Amino acid sequence: MSAEKAKKTVPYTVPIGPVHPALKEPVMFTFGMEGEIVRTVDFAPGQTHRGIEWMGMRRNPVQIVHLTDRICGICGIVHSLSFARAVEQIAEIEVPERADYIRTILHELERIQSHLLWAGVAAHELGFDSLFYLAWRVREQSMDLIENLTGNRVNYGIVQIGGVRRDISDEQRALVEKGLDYYQGLLDQMATLFLKDSTILMRCRGHGILSWDDARLLCTVGPTARASGLNMDVRQDYPYCAYGDLDVKAILPPPETGGPQGDVYDRIIVRLLEVGQSIGIIRQCLGQLPAGEILWEPKMAKLLSVLKKAEGEGIGRVEAPRGECMHYVKMAGKEAPDSWKVKASSYSNLMSWIPMLQGEQLADIPIIVASIDPCLSCTDRVAVTRNGRSDILTKEDLTRLSREKTRRMMQ
Amino acid sequence: MIETLPALLAGAVLVAAFSIIIGLLLMGFDRIVAARMQARIGPPLTQPFTDVRKLLAKENVVPENAIPWLFNLAPIIALASAITILFYLPIGGFAPVLSGGGDLILVMYLLTLPALALVAGGFASGSPYATVGAQREMVTMIAYEFPLAIVVVAIAWRLAAAGISLPFSLATIGANPVWGLVGPLGAIGLLILLIVLLIVTPAELSRVPFDTPEAETELAGGILVEYSGKNLALFSLTQGVKTVAMASLVVALFFPYRLAAIAGISGFVGAVVDLLFYILLITLVAFISVSVIRVSMARFRINQVVSVYWIYLAIAGLAGLLLVMVDQIMGVV
Repeated sequence: MSAEKAKKTVPYTVPIGPVHPALKEPVMFTFGMEGEIVRTVDFAPGQTHRGIEWMGMRRNPVQIVHLTDRICGICGIVHSLSFARAVEQIAEIEVPERADYIRTILHELERIQSHLLWAGVAAHELGFDSLFYLAWRVREQSMDLIENLTGNRVNYGIVQIGGVRRDISDEQRALVEKGLDYYQGLLDQMATLFLKDSTILMRCRGHGILSWDDARLLCTVGPTARASGLNMDVRQDYPYCAYGDLDVKAILPPPETGGPQGDVYDRIIVRLLEVGQSIGIIRQCLGQLPAGEILWEPKMAKLLSVLKKAEGEGIGRVEAPRGECMHYVKMAGKEAPDSWKVKASSYSNLMSWIPMLQGEQLADIPIIVASIDPCLSCTDRVAVTRNGRSDILTKEDLTRLSREKTRRMMQ
Repeated sequence: MIETLPALLAGAVLVAAFSIIIGLLLMGFDRIVAARMQARIGPPLTQPFTDVRKLLAKENVVPENAIPWLFNLAPIIALASAITILFYLPIGGFAPVLSGGGDLILVMYLLTLPALALVAGGFASGSPYATVGAQREMVTMIAYEFPLAIVVVAIAWRLAAAGISLPFSLATIGANPVWGLVGPLGAIGLLILLIVLLIVTPAELSRVPFDTPEAETELAGGILVEYSGKNLALFSLTQGVKTVAMASLVVALFFPYRLAAIAGISGFVGAVVDLLFYILLITLVAFISVSVIRVSMARFRINQVVSVYWIYLAIAGLAGLLLVMVDQIMGVV
């Protein structure tokens, strides 16, 4: 359909955003509506750019690890882990086995915490506030565990280049096991509440569909891709930390619920099952937690001098609760990295909003938007303003700008 | 019927004050019990009073592309019409202030007035969210009117079939509790009708799962999105009064009992006992049809609201009506 024709058939537009109760973080949506039906979808991210990469370019890698903690308020460990792994690759640092296991345990606790947070948000978007309060109340247990292990509820500050900052004591181990039992007992109850409730079924089954083809073509990642039937998970495909020793399989919507259909309901199923998977992974890790050091080099001065001499490129990839998160780092024998690029998982998932939302009702916008669990603060890496106005760069603009930058760097 | 004009005015003022105070208390009660059911503590009982007092002190913002006279008039009409409903409904042991002047049919029409004022205000505010909300409110109104009418007609028909004159008059309904007229089959029918009416109530009051016109997460408050200050305060008073009115309608139709008369208490004490019993009944109705329903469900889509009312509740209502009719015929035979 040509743009003009589309304009004629779409009678009015509904703006949602940049700040709106349907959105937990700022993004600007423009919907072309026909009655209650969404006909055209457009969105503009870049409303919450904070210039974190720019700050990082003036700091050494150990300082940047703290900065990466603050990229996202929920995935505290994902960004620092993936940055640390990129730097460790460049400086050829070998992380002690015990540290890898501790990283994995915290990584999975974070996934439990993040998925429960999402479940609450989803319930709230559906107008089901009782479930929202329940989900967030049980989430507190994982927050308490994380606080006990790292000292912080958010921005954990546990990952260090070459290991972790805190060890897990025997008392803490018992505590974690108790917490896991709590979640194990709760899992069936949560599944009943979310998957058997007729109002949730009515609102989610068959809505916000992302087909297998679209999911693949748009390069979606994480639960969004898995709900559409893509068998992919960084933990399974490119194991890192302790995942190589463990039994991790990508979770797809099971045949009991009709197999992958790629709707909102499937995304709920995948996330709930992943909470169960995380419990299993943490149990395995605790069972075979090796003894030993937790840091490659405890002396800060020595670590920094090694990092200062490091040269090369590294890519750190981890499976965040929302999908693959990637950090690219280039070091050139200086204190600060030469280049640092963060690609959060939501960056890959945002475009799937367009096929999901077209043809849906206005009432379903909040839950469909929330169904990919967007994290826009992680995603926004750039905001273009020119003469005080925000601007949109097309593909041609970006190509031209990149060529100019390459020429500048070649000189 | 109150005869003299001063007495009439005094009655009107008393009913207005009573309905506003009880309405706000009911809202506070709903917030507390809903919070307890969601494992929260919730605000104090007087929170709605505090909210309204604060709103009354706030600035009234009228959007640039609104129609100011309609935008400002809508909340006044909404509150006035909501209070007017209560002039026709019995409160406790007292007869309605305007008892001779109207009947159930009039009450049904009056019930649509606050909603219509809300729709007018929504369209007049010139915001896309409010426009969508106003459209949804109209659709919701059309949807719940049918089951509501079935319930009212069923009760009036049963009274008429029992040979009682003026079956639509609330005084008649109050004097002849409908449960006393029916056999076991009819009682089941009446129970179904009562459930239908209890499910119509949250839609009338725009509460979850029928709060589609306001839908916080979709429309940011929908119809009310542009309202602030005194206008919003008037709308929240309307909400309280509407809760009292709907609960009173349920009580008037299905539980027109007076404790004082049953217990044989008369005079001033009897009136107080009746009033307290009535407040207890409407609180119970509000608890079931507002608090319990809203904590246990997700919000419906607007097309689902229509199918719930037109298909499921209409069929349930007709089944109830049929049972009452069969019961009556069998009783005669």
